[in-house]
Amino acid sequence: MALTSRHLLRLQGMPKDDITKILDTAISFKEILNRPIKKVPTLQGKTIVNLFFENSTRTRTSFELAERRLSADVLSFAASSSSVTKGETLKDTARNIEAMKIDMVVIRHNAAGTADFLSKVINANVINAGDGQHEHPTQGLLDMYTLREKFGSLEGLHVCIVGDVLHSRVARSNIFGLQTMGAKVSVCGPATLLPRGIEQLGVDVYHHIDDVLPKVDALNVLRIQMEREAGGYFPSLREFHRYFGVTKERLDRAGKPITILHPGPINRDVELSADVADGPHSVILEQVLNGVAIRMAVLYLLGASE
Amino acid sequence: MSERILLRSGRLIDPPTGRDEVTDILIVDGTIHTIQRSITPGPEDKVVDLTGKIVAPGLIDIHVHLREPGYEHKETIETGTLSAAYGGFTAVCCMPNTNPAIDDESIVTFITTQGKKAHDGIVDVYPIASVSKAREGKTLAPIAELVHAGAVGLSDDGAPVFDAKLMRRALEYATMYKVPVMQHCEIPELAHGGVMNEGKVSTELGLPGIPGIAEEIMIARDLLLAEYTNSRYHVCHMSTAAAVDLVRQGKKKGISVTCEVTPHHFTVTDELVRSYDTNTKMNPPLRTQKDVDAIKEGLKDGTIDVIATDHAPHSLDEKEVDYIQAPFGIVGLETAIGLTVTELVKPGHLTLRQMIEKFSTNPRAIIGKPVTVAAGERANLSFIDPEAQWTVNIAAFRSKSKNSPFNGKVLTGKASGIYNHGKLMLY
Repeated sequence: MALTSRHLLRLQGMPKDDITKILDTAISFKEILNRPIKKVPTLQGKTIVNLFFENSTRTRTSFELAERRLSADVLSFAASSSSVTKGETLKDTARNIEAMKIDMVVIRHNAAGTADFLSKVINANVINAGDGQHEHPTQGLLDMYTLREKFGSLEGLHVCIVGDVLHSRVARSNIFGLQTMGAKVSVCGPATLLPRGIEQLGVDVYHHIDDVLPKVDALNVLRIQMEREAGGYFPSLREFHRYFGVTKERLDRAGKPITILHPGPINRDVELSADVADGPHSVILEQVLNGVAIRMAVLYLLGASE
Repeated sequence: MSERILLRSGRLIDPPTGRDEVTDILIVDGTIHTIQRSITPGPEDKVVDLTGKIVAPGLIDIHVHLREPGYEHKETIETGTLSAAYGGFTAVCCMPNTNPAIDDESIVTFITTQGKKAHDGIVDVYPIASVSKAREGKTLAPIAELVHAGAVGLSDDGAPVFDAKLMRRALEYATMYKVPVMQHCEIPELAHGGVMNEGKVSTELGLPGIPGIAEEIMIARDLLLAEYTNSRYHVCHMSTAAAVDLVRQGKKKGISVTCEVTPHHFTVTDELVRSYDTNTKMNPPLRTQKDVDAIKEGLKDGTIDVIATDHAPHSLDEKEVDYIQAPFGIVGLETAIGLTVTELVKPGHLTLRQMIEKFSTNPRAIIGKPVTVAAGERANLSFIDPEAQWTVNIAAFRSKSKNSPFNGKVLTGKASGIYNHGKLMLY
């Protein structure tokens, strides 16, 4: 029943059986979410802390909802209200939480490796809700769940990740998870926004979106942070939209339906045009619902490993 | 009444004289009196048995951060020199990124005075002064005054001398006083924000990278400047294969260039960063196996003159933060011999004699403080047990800081003592 690890830190190196177990478990939780009464007693008596050192309304809400649906006691810390800003080290923060006898910690932090670090210094189960530019494993899992639901299987599927791969933890979790599940992954973006050595991860690299569209089943379109323009990664958002934006016109030229994913929040008409985001092949809102189911599955499976 | 010490049966390896033999050495009042296969001890002689040990001309680490003045919570001259002594060094050069920086003769005097007080002055402390005032990279520090106060080299280490005109002037000016300009090679814009080597591992870990070219471009520029100005240029803590090759080509062209590498850059790669252990964070960062191999080759063929540790103490609190926030640097004095014997001598990359050249003869020549083991010379000696097996234990470090990625590593080769200025320490 349990997973091979007590923590969910990354999808890189996660066994295929574990991923399958999470995706399968999420199916029954999604059923629960569609019932009139959406609450189960699975984690009654367990205390979960959501440690959000970085703002994220969506991920935090999704985790909180998942935790409450499982009847856990939930505490949430936001960076602004915590003592981190007062110079307390992460280890001290962690030790204080530990002293309060918490069972599980969900952590979001702007530096890669913080979930790893936490898992080494406290006894609670640690769930990585996004660490810097490293990984966002529950996002990767919910993307895979959404794709599997749509296509029946991930084996042999071709997914292209579009946009700012360099700064994206979503991209890394998708690459590692999808490859483990037998899917083919490509990346497409400006050369300045693809990290060095990305081709060594076994992905095909594209710089022209029209070249890759006819070959793929799905696009995972990444959010482009507005500050990247100021950072000089590309000349202007207008140019980015013109050459890397996913538009209806482009998709129509590909001559086949392509499923559109986006981790949100969307910059409409920058990386994704509004008609595509709201169009018939968009599964963006499904991702949101599946996110709660996936997080319930992860919390349940890690709680069950105790 | 003179003080007489008889060192018995050590293997003397002295590159300057070419000696390599098991011998007795009699020291009288701090000066080498006799070197002879067998010396009968007199009734007053203190006899030290060095069977199985190497006797070398005093080792020096020309790249150390003693942190004083300004950062005494990390290290002091007192703790740093003790760490050096236990690492087998009779001298260190301390870098000027102190607070205030070593950009005034009063600070040079302060450091050398503190050095003479620490542990009876058994470890010589030679300051490296800053190239620019306050290490700001804008105007030249008072180089002549600094050298006359006792500085043995110039560097803005921790930061590069970025401005090409300032670097040119520094090289030209330093030539008059016969001191090397020791450059921390890094193009700031290319390295900016990076915390580890840029490549496959940084991509997987999602950590911002420092590309090798940030180092290499600066070396290439400086070599041209050194050639043009006919001056002495030293590359600090070189870390990439292409950097080794640039220096190799520079030497072939006859440019007066020397360089150093750290033990960690020939021992481990960026794979170690996968642990997110902040003790794997240093600048320049740990590179790839290809770079490690090139550094070993460069050490072997003589391109790389010096092994220096870049001993960079930081307190536990400062390192116990996330990887991006953590400061760069690790301590190195007490693991240098062990890592070098284990990684270079035992596998056959370097002979013991070459190791001593890179820890004593070559670095001492660069800063103008030569030492040789011969009758009539002041005795300045390091004793090494090349077969000692030991496990690194950071808790036992004499350094005030414990930031080492090598805790628990089993090493071969350890310092067993030093002798300098008539004082003996044995461990």
